[in-house]
Amino acid sequence: MNGDVGLSPATGDTSALRGRIEDFLYLEADLLDDWKIQEWFTLFAEGAIYEIPPTGESDESDPASSLFYIADDYARLRERVVRLTKKEAHSEFPRSRQRHMVSNVRITGLKDGIADVTCNFVTYRAKRGVVDTYYGKHVYRIDCSVEPFRIRSKRSILGMDMLYPGKLTIIV
Amino acid sequence: MDTHVSHQSTTPWSDLVIQDRERHLFRVSRRAFVDEAILEAERRAIFDRCWIYLGHSSEIPNNCDFVTRAVAGRELIFNRDHKGIVHAFLNTCPHRGAMVVREKKGNSRAFRCFYHGWTFDGTGRFASRFGEGNYGKEHYSGCADLGQVPRLEDYRDFWFVNFDGNAVPLADYLAGAKEYIDLVADHSEAGMEIVGSGQQYVINANWKLLAENSIDAFHGFPVHSTYFDYLKAVGSLRADQGNSNFTASGMHDLGNGHAVIEYASPWGRPVARWVPSMGEDKRAHLEELRRNLIKRFGEERATRIAEFSRNMLIFPNLVINDIMAITVRTFMPDRPDKMTVNAWALGTRDEDRDLRKLRLFNFLEFLGPGGFATPDDQEALENCQRGYRNAREVGWNDISKGLPRQGPPMNDDEEQMRCFWRQWQARMGAVS
Repeated sequence: MNGDVGLSPATGDTSALRGRIEDFLYLEADLLDDWKIQEWFTLFAEGAIYEIPPTGESDESDPASSLFYIADDYARLRERVVRLTKKEAHSEFPRSRQRHMVSNVRITGLKDGIADVTCNFVTYRAKRGVVDTYYGKHVYRIDCSVEPFRIRSKRSILGMDMLYPGKLTIIV
Repeated sequence: MDTHVSHQSTTPWSDLVIQDRERHLFRVSRRAFVDEAILEAERRAIFDRCWIYLGHSSEIPNNCDFVTRAVAGRELIFNRDHKGIVHAFLNTCPHRGAMVVREKKGNSRAFRCFYHGWTFDGTGRFASRFGEGNYGKEHYSGCADLGQVPRLEDYRDFWFVNFDGNAVPLADYLAGAKEYIDLVADHSEAGMEIVGSGQQYVINANWKLLAENSIDAFHGFPVHSTYFDYLKAVGSLRADQGNSNFTASGMHDLGNGHAVIEYASPWGRPVARWVPSMGEDKRAHLEELRRNLIKRFGEERATRIAEFSRNMLIFPNLVINDIMAITVRTFMPDRPDKMTVNAWALGTRDEDRDLRKLRLFNFLEFLGPGGFATPDDQEALENCQRGYRNAREVGWNDISKGLPRQGPPMNDDEEQMRCFWRQWQARMGAVS
């Protein structure tokens, strides 16, 4: 987010940390693939935010002045998770099948054990014979000073120029 | 009336809507949602003849601003020229047809087609200077100008186009809907504006299903219980309507197929209805906004604007829902079973950052592809569309709720949808 985009941050070699962050992101993807949505929520630090800005705007868009698809504070994110556990979240009943791919993981900033991380993603969602594809870039701030790591913020910037799948009911 | 009915029975689409007042039955054939020939007829009878929403003045606030947009199956440029006059052009080069403007929006004194370099000024006039011998005199007398949409008119900053040069004026077409546009446009003396860019998404369902759904109160609790659970959990539900005797609950036929439902809001409204989840710090501000509305309009109208929610459909495809936020939503059919939706948030022009944020959060909590409600509407619409695969065996939709009721219709009756379908039938009946 605010880090240098050079080969590695000023602190020097971060490949070991990047490996641990990749493991963490794969764990997150795994939980989402398996619909372990409440466990997924525990990866977030208290006060964390989760956002999906509108397609076609800059990565720096502000949810206070721009209409986001999702701009969850911690409370709304918790309620989003609660909602997704209900049968009455009709768009995910019966549940879709998902597969989350994560790649191009980079640490773009590191300070006091808090890492700014970007990665590319592709998420597939299948339901009733229709496969939706979501792709783009995740921008994370991850607290690596605690064990297990905790997400302080996650912004999923969609790469598509409009929302072809129509819904954003799953966590991409 | 009888002659009208018999005239309709001679057209191919007259039997798709059945109104049986004696038996309190109103039925719509499911063919209307699946048949390519019917969509083609709709394009000619409805989208080529009705006033179709183009955009809002605030999207092109400055001279030379433009946006491009697909409207009624066309590709259009919506712009303000160097003098501030608003235009709508067909986005195709009169030379060989390439789309002249390819950006979604911008600011430019001239539009230049990249294919051969033909250039047009903001009034659409051909403005390239080619040397002598390239083109004759005739070329410069209008035949090389950008094509203009036949009719372009606005009502309170909402701009509409019409491809029928003989159409009635927009103000007549809007009929009773004007009064309800006023209730939105009057939120602030400073005017209203579209906030940021809109949401654009696809629903795999017939466009008329969204027209129905957008003003359908009947589905609210069955489909959106998780949204109301959410409101309850975070303290956003409030039952009373302030200290006023004004009350409204019901549906109004606004003429020409337009209809609105109006009801006491269970949720907060950034215009001037506070709920606990907004926080005590915003309470004084919202009360001040409300006092200002009372000063401008008196107690009754101010209460109506501040407290009550309205879902309005302007036939055929414009929704202005003034609910927990304001959404302006339009949708175009791509195929009988697919539409593209454009949805925008409308806010007051002089809104401070805190209230603007609250408005946007109110919007996205319910509305849009990532909201707690809209995706379930999409799911319902797509399920209907899928269910119509059985149309040959189970061929009719029932839209009869409330028909036997004595007195005015309730807002969770289906009279507002019947307004839509009667207009649809009348217009489809006029094509052969």
